[in-house]
Amino acid sequence: MPKALSPNLPSQAPINQALKPSDKVDLYRTMVRIRKFEQRSLNSYQSGKVGGFLHLYIGQESVVVGTQSLLGANDHTITAYRNHGHGLAAGMNMNECMAELYGRATGCSKGKGGSMHYFAPDKNYWGGHGIVAGQTPLGTGLAYGLKYRGLKGCALAFLGDGAVNQGSFHESLNLAALWDLPIIYVIENNGYSMGTSQRRSSAYPSCLAERAEGYGMAWDQFDGTNLYEVRARTQVAIERAHNESKPTLLEIATYRWEGHSVADAMKTVYRTKEEIEKYQREHDPIMVWKEILISENIATEAELKQIDRAAQKEADEAADFAEVSPYPEPESIFDDVYWETDNKTEAGNTGRHFFND
Amino acid sequence: MPRLIEYREAIREALDEELARDPMVVVMGEEVAQYNGAYKVTKGLWEKWGDKRMVDTPISEAGFIGMGIGASMLGVRPVMELMFWSFYTVAWDQIVNNAAMVRYMSGGKINCPIVIRGPANGGTNVGATHSHTPENIMASFPGMKCVVPSNAYDAKGLLKAAIRDNDPVMFMESTKLYGEKWDVPANEDLPNGELVIPLGVADVKREGTDLSLIAHGRAVITCLEAAKRLEEEHGIHCEVVDLRTIRPLDEDTIFDSVRKTHKAIYVEEGKPFCGVGAQIAYMIQERCFDDLDAPVLRVNSLDAPAIYSPPLENLQLPYADVIIEKALSIA
Repeated sequence: MPKALSPNLPSQAPINQALKPSDKVDLYRTMVRIRKFEQRSLNSYQSGKVGGFLHLYIGQESVVVGTQSLLGANDHTITAYRNHGHGLAAGMNMNECMAELYGRATGCSKGKGGSMHYFAPDKNYWGGHGIVAGQTPLGTGLAYGLKYRGLKGCALAFLGDGAVNQGSFHESLNLAALWDLPIIYVIENNGYSMGTSQRRSSAYPSCLAERAEGYGMAWDQFDGTNLYEVRARTQVAIERAHNESKPTLLEIATYRWEGHSVADAMKTVYRTKEEIEKYQREHDPIMVWKEILISENIATEAELKQIDRAAQKEADEAADFAEVSPYPEPESIFDDVYWETDNKTEAGNTGRHFFND
Repeated sequence: MPRLIEYREAIREALDEELARDPMVVVMGEEVAQYNGAYKVTKGLWEKWGDKRMVDTPISEAGFIGMGIGASMLGVRPVMELMFWSFYTVAWDQIVNNAAMVRYMSGGKINCPIVIRGPANGGTNVGATHSHTPENIMASFPGMKCVVPSNAYDAKGLLKAAIRDNDPVMFMESTKLYGEKWDVPANEDLPNGELVIPLGVADVKREGTDLSLIAHGRAVITCLEAAKRLEEEHGIHCEVVDLRTIRPLDEDTIFDSVRKTHKAIYVEEGKPFCGVGAQIAYMIQERCFDDLDAPVLRVNSLDAPAIYSPPLENLQLPYADVIIEKALSIA
């Protein structure tokens, strides 16, 4: 369960004091854009225009927006399959993201990845991975690569609370601590690994992040509703990575309003309607931030409504863009399998690479 | 004057030369550095290249293989040693879903220039868990390449090409060959100044007219022994075709040989069901149907988990007598 905000006023942390009013409005805009995108993609799914799985990020927006807002040129992110928010926060545009859901050639992965597999390495965003915790060794490798290349940066590897019992995650923690890698593992704890609550799936002392003790790794656990808190607490870990090349395990309490995926018919069975409504009422990160912006006289309700409407329009237009975009050509099935064949190199032209009779 | 070196030395030379050529190349694995390698393949490299380029990992295959894949996305070129290829099982999710699929799922935005290498063979009395020969499994996934050198010369040239390749390459050696010696010319005696063998080029290891023995890995050596005896004892002239790489595959060399000899046997140390030979036999019948004078046959490991008991294990793997018997059945 999320705890109350820490009393030492995260809004006063230097990293938050450095925010200009326009930055704060931008943070609001990014959260709203994620939510509107997710809501619009849900519509498309329900009207049968989008297939596959759809894991919505609604309710968790502050986690990625807060952490991503702290990152610089040599900082990288990677996450699991609930990844639309991470892509948009990294700077991907709604058109390419929506078109990917529609399986179109204009999608960010040319229609080859789908909902769970967004990538934008040009924005230091490395996906978008379907196997629970499978991305954590890759994130460890990003940190290793940064250190190997002598770059001052860090990797943020996001995972859900359901991923903490996978072996690859523990192997990652060991390697990161063993080799002092500049990485932050961010457990986005929404309380449920699919339909199984944290209490029913994990053994832990006081919280999941405390498992870091076993690896001699720094850790922190806090509520993710308020962007100030997310930024202030995550910044400590980033500085640890940048300045000391040391890893951190963060656990950020959050809540997903929708099911594990859209196909989760049990979403109000394994948790109560009252619980969901309580989080929607009291822990909506967008509402909380909105109230802060208004109370700080940074924006008026009307101005923020304007942002909401613009985000809605952007999402609607992205769906329109996706709908009229072409599907990939059948020949493209064989593109993007091998670098060498794609680039028509000598190696790519030597021997047979594909076996279609 | 031939320069005879061990298979393991050839691998070592390839690693050493590629470490020197490209500062992004890093060798990682269990016991590869300070211990000099479980099979002494990397002996002396840590002393020469130090901690940054030669990295001892914990026994943590999913972790360190996955980490290497992640680092390769950022341009590092890791050469990862699996102490035994048998341990691919514990790193399999990382290999198949990340190394092999991430390029595709990202629409070509990412590539993984990584080599995973180590011995993949039975016949060493270590039981089923350490005797896997998963080249058929590796070769069946588009996105990965699969290389199986049968001798020191090929091992050196193919490994250098594999390290320079920009796709994930699964490189499979044999502990049974590590101590065997072959002629591997010194760089100064080579026209290009180095030995690089492109992936996807098969090699005719012995010319013949009566029957094609087609194989990969150590089975090629077994085929050469069988071919010698078939000629000496039965007057049958076998051609021995070494695939060298399974994917990419040099199918033309296979078809050319079959069109010449009109008979083919595929020999491999893997199991028969869904083995490499199943695919090759399919391709031969499809492309060389009118050239064939006999059904394409196969010799594989006997279809059971690798047995420990040493005398029986020797019977389980392909050996020359079995190849000779099969050859005589269609001669």
